Formats: sequence, C-alpha cells, structure tokens
Amino acid sequence: MDRRILELKDVKTSFYTHLGEVQAVRGVSFTLDRGEALGIVGESGSGKSVTSMSIMKLVQYPGKVKDGQILFKGQDLVPKSDKEMMGIRGDEIAMIFQDPMTSLNPVYTIGDQIMEATMKHQGLSKAEARQKAIEMLKLVGIPSPEKRVDNYPHEFSGGMRQRAMIAIALSCQPDLLIADEPTTALDVTIQAQILELMKDIKDKLDTAIILITHDLGVVADVCSRIIVMYGGLIMEEGSAEEIFYTPKHPYTMGLLKSIPRLDLAEKQRLVPIPGTPPDLLKPPTGCPFASRCPYAMNICIETMPEYTVSETGHRAACWLQHPDAPKVEVETGVKRGEI
Amino acid sequence: MAEKKQDVLLEVKNLKKYFTISSGLFGGKTEYVKAVDDVSFTINRGETLGLVGESGCGKSTTGRTLIRLYDVTGGEVIFDGAEIGHMSEHELKPYRKKIQMIFQDPYASLNSRMTVADIVGEPLDIHGLASGQARQDRIYELLHTVGLSKDHASRYPHEFSGGQRQRIGIARALAVNPDFIICDEPISALDVSIQAQVVNMLEDLQNEYGLTYLFIAHDLSMVKHISDRIGVMYLGKLVEIADSNELYERPEHPYTQALLSAIPIPDPEITRNAERIILEGDVPSPLNPPSGCRFRTRCRYAMERCSQEEPQLRDIGNGHQVACHLMDEK
Repeated sequence: MDRRILELKDVKTSFYTHLGEVQAVRGVSFTLDRGEALGIVGESGSGKSVTSMSIMKLVQYPGKVKDGQILFKGQDLVPKSDKEMMGIRGDEIAMIFQDPMTSLNPVYTIGDQIMEATMKHQGLSKAEARQKAIEMLKLVGIPSPEKRVDNYPHEFSGGMRQRAMIAIALSCQPDLLIADEPTTALDVTIQAQILELMKDIKDKLDTAIILITHDLGVVADVCSRIIVMYGGLIMEEGSAEEIFYTPKHPYTMGLLKSIPRLDLAEKQRLVPIPGTPPDLLKPPTGCPFASRCPYAMNICIETMPEYTVSETGHRAACWLQHPDAPKVEVETGVKRGEI
Repeated sequence: MAEKKQDVLLEVKNLKKYFTISSGLFGGKTEYVKAVDDVSFTINRGETLGLVGESGCGKSTTGRTLIRLYDVTGGEVIFDGAEIGHMSEHELKPYRKKIQMIFQDPYASLNSRMTVADIVGEPLDIHGLASGQARQDRIYELLHTVGLSKDHASRYPHEFSGGQRQRIGIARALAVNPDFIICDEPISALDVSIQAQVVNMLEDLQNEYGLTYLFIAHDLSMVKHISDRIGVMYLGKLVEIADSNELYERPEHPYTQALLSAIPIPDPEITRNAERIILEGDVPSPLNPPSGCRFRTRCRYAMERCSQEEPQLRDIGNGHQVACHLMDEK
C-alpha cells in the first residue's frame, strides 16, 4: 500500500482584505505518510494554522488558496467543490481545534455530535451510531461513557471536552488527523493525558497526524518530523533530533535558545530573538527572518534562499547553507540529553 | 519558617478568599467556593516567589486578594509591617503605590481609548506624583525603561503588538516606583520568542530597582527560570513551597511530582524516555472539595488517613515545606 497520504506542492493562501492582500502562506510544500506525526511550529502569524485550514479547505472569506496543489491520497483537494469536501472532511480528514469550548455545539449532547459524523459518513443507524459513540468515548478515556454520552458540553470539564472533540474526530477513523494547538488551552497534567492519547491513536490506528503548536516541548514529545514556519514559509524541516540537536536555520536556533530549560540546574539568561515578525501585507522580498537574524547578510534582504537538503531530508532555507557563504560560528541546538 | 534573618516584605497568614454562590431565587442555603483556603507564605525583599498550579487552583485569586482587588475573607496580609488585608480604601491608598500588578491579557488590560502616555501617566495623576513637564518627562523615561521610544507615547494600544502592550503594562506598573509587583501570567499570551524579551526585562528591572515579584503562571519552566522560591497550589491550598532548584530536584508532594513530570521537555531524547506520572481525571469542583487532603482523589499514594485528616504544611528542612501525610512515613 502506498504510505504517502498527503503532499502539499507550493501552496499559497492569501486573504484579500480592504488593506490589501495578506499573504499568509507563501509557498509551502511537504509530504506526510500514514502513521507519521508531523509537527508544525511557529509563532502567531507564521502561517501554520492557515496551512492546516487550507488542507481542510476551511479558509474563510476573504481568504483563498490561490495557488499550488494539495494531494490527499493522490487527489488534488484544491479544485474540489464544497460538497465534495463535505464528504472528505470529518470522514477521511478530521480536525481538532484549540478551543474545545467554542468548537462543540452547546445545544446538542456530546453523543449527538459524535453520532452526526458516523450517521452521515458511514450510514450507521441511530442505535448503531449511539453504540459507536459510547465506544469512542471509552476509547478516549471518558469514565462511565454510557451516562456521559447524554451530557451536554457544559457538563464536561475542559480536558473532557477536548477528549470529546478527539472522539468526534476519530469516530470515522480518519486517515489524517489535524490537531491545531490541541492542548494550548489545557493544564499540563491534562495536556499529558491528551498527548498520551494522541500517541496511542497514531500507533494503534495508523493515523497520520499533523500537530500544530508553538510549544517545542509538545512536538519533541509527539512528533518524529518537525517543520518550522516563519513569515508564511517553511524555514526548516527535519527529524525531531535534527531540529533540536543540529538545527541549521538561525530562526530555529533562536527559538531553542529563547525557551528556559527545566532540566538544567544552573540559571541561564534567556536569549530572546529581537524585533517582531514581518507584516505579511508587505512581505519582505528576501528572507522574512533577515531583519531579526544575527547573521543576516545583504543577500538575505534581497533574495529568498533556496532549500539546502541533506541526504536525510533535513532542509533549511538559509543563505548560510550556501557553499559560498562565509563560515560563521553558529551555535547549534540544545545539549543532547545524557541518557 | 526558617529563622534566617531575612528582610520579609510580605507575609501572608492563613489567607482565605471565599466567593458566595446563593442557591435559589429566595436566597436559601448559601454555598461557598473556597478559592483560597488557609494559605500562608512570606516573600523576602528583592526575591521572586513563583506561584504555580492548574486553572482553578486559586493562584490568581491569591494575587488579586493580596492587592485587595478582592476583599479578604479571612487571615492577614502584612506588607512591610502593616496589616493591609482589612484596611479601608482610604488607609490603603499609600500602599496602592507600593504594590502594583501586571496582568495576563495585554489586550484587555489597557484602555483602548487612552493613549499610551495617558495609560502610563494615570497612576502619576492619581497619586499626585508629577504634573506638567515633569509628568511628561517621567512618561518618556518609563517608556525608555521598558524599551519603547517616546514616539510611542501618543499612540493607542491597538497599534502595538502583544509584547509591546505588555511593556506598556509594565511601564504603568513602574510609574509609581513600587516595591512589590504581582505578575499574573504576564507572558502567557505572548509568542515564545517574545516571552524571553519580557522575562529578561523583568529580571533587569528587578536588579535595577530592587523589586520584589510574585510571579503567577502555569508555565512551570518559565516559573523555574525566574523564581527564587516556588509555591505549588492545588484547589485553594498551598501544598508545597521550596527553593526553586530544590523543588524541581526533590519534589515531595505527589501532586508536585505529577505536575513536574507532565511538562514536555523540549529535547526529543529526554522527553521520550521520561517517566510520566499521568494523573487520572480532572480537578474536583471547588464547591465541594474532597474531605481531608484535597488531592487524595487523584493521588496514587492515597491512604485511609488522607480522607479523614487534612495534612498541614510542615517544614522538612531548608525552608522546604510540604503538606502531605506521606512525610510522616519517612
């Protein structure tokens, strides 16, 4: 069987506002296999959420995927109509959102909301769907699911709502699960439960997962491959080990140095990245990170670099990777753990 | 309390804050949410005390009660030798100048109809600290301190990014030359790369002005980074308090242990091989907390005794205090 489930080819998504065109995603390409967990990290405005919305074709007006291909199981999703997408969304591709409060409908029971998906996509009868809903709630670890299935969202705690969201998302056994900041609104102990659940699902059901987050700890835990986005572009992509131990892009290095390390006893001063992200109404012609980059050269401001790809698929868009680039002392990633 | 001769700035004794919930249209039985229930700690001058815990544990309520945004239900708040917990608003005014607060949401905590100069200048007006040219100079000076320029003074909050707004909030807090600043999740709403900018600035300001901080947050890695000592709260109770390194290296309370093990460390090898203590279930309702130890319903070591007797905070050496019956077994 073909393991490749998703391939994005130079996807560009823009929002046509009254101020002009906001180029949120400016040409993103990547691939994803079954049973793989891909992490997309980046700051707000880096285009990570818009990328996921583009895959789901949920980009709201005035936004639009203006260019590129989104190949899901070999079929391009971009030209598909809303009606065709409705058959795919929730069935083959499912999504979990950040805020479980606003993504559940308050006037329907949790059970009804899980049943909606299975009745629509799998043609189950009401009784079968109810049974399935109870099963799903059990799978995601809701205690006494037979009773809880008739509860309304407000009767669930935050962590339980997120579990219910996952139950809805998984009810049709999707091939691809997109989780957009699934644990950001949750407490750490609940976050640990949800992450454990996601790892479990990936291994048991062979579901491909795209995990979008700004928390580097979360991606280190769950994802085998990581994409770092900035200014609507992929700055670097590699295995989790490559990104954390041998990052190539100064932005990735900057991110790693700006977070405090819990496991290091001595107190080190944090190294922030100066400045603020670029305005995507008028994106810079060169590298979007150039204005904040400590190693920026003239060429960085003028021209966006191509990707330099290693044999393992570790790629970075940075002029420092160019063979003619001056050799600078670049500090690398986090200290490898002693285990 | 260790008998070290340290300069105590703030002492909180048995602080309680109950919120009333009246049931039924005609009053009926009044119920209480015991948001903060019998919490005691001290903060030394120039120190940063971190307060961590999950949502609903009462950490923010503790901060807001200290600064008298809420009325104290019981207990004492002794600031610089004076009991401020039960003062009238009039008596309190000079203390308002000494204690300031930085809020979590830089979008909601700045008045969108006021310019930056007015926001930062308002505390100066209220306390009559400066007027005219002196006021303007002071505002520029404050903006400079937090890394903004005087060109920003005439702009409105919506023209700024999250990190810049938080800087405005900090400038406002600094305007009255406070001794003590309560930072209530000051960086949670900011991007990772911006968080470090704000945290570094808070540290610099502390060194420069000898400030004392109460740093409330749920991001435990950042709290460890900035704090000298850390208190852990659960359902309105302080369950453990210790020096930050001590707390992270030798957490004694089962809740602290679980909380620390739940943090994903940004290092793939370490985090994947880490032993996680996954807590079952959710935090119980504070309306009807469990009897005895409030953590016992989720504690993997819970004993008979835990449901009957409430553990008290006790010193186990080096100022490390824990409220757990397991300490008796050792």
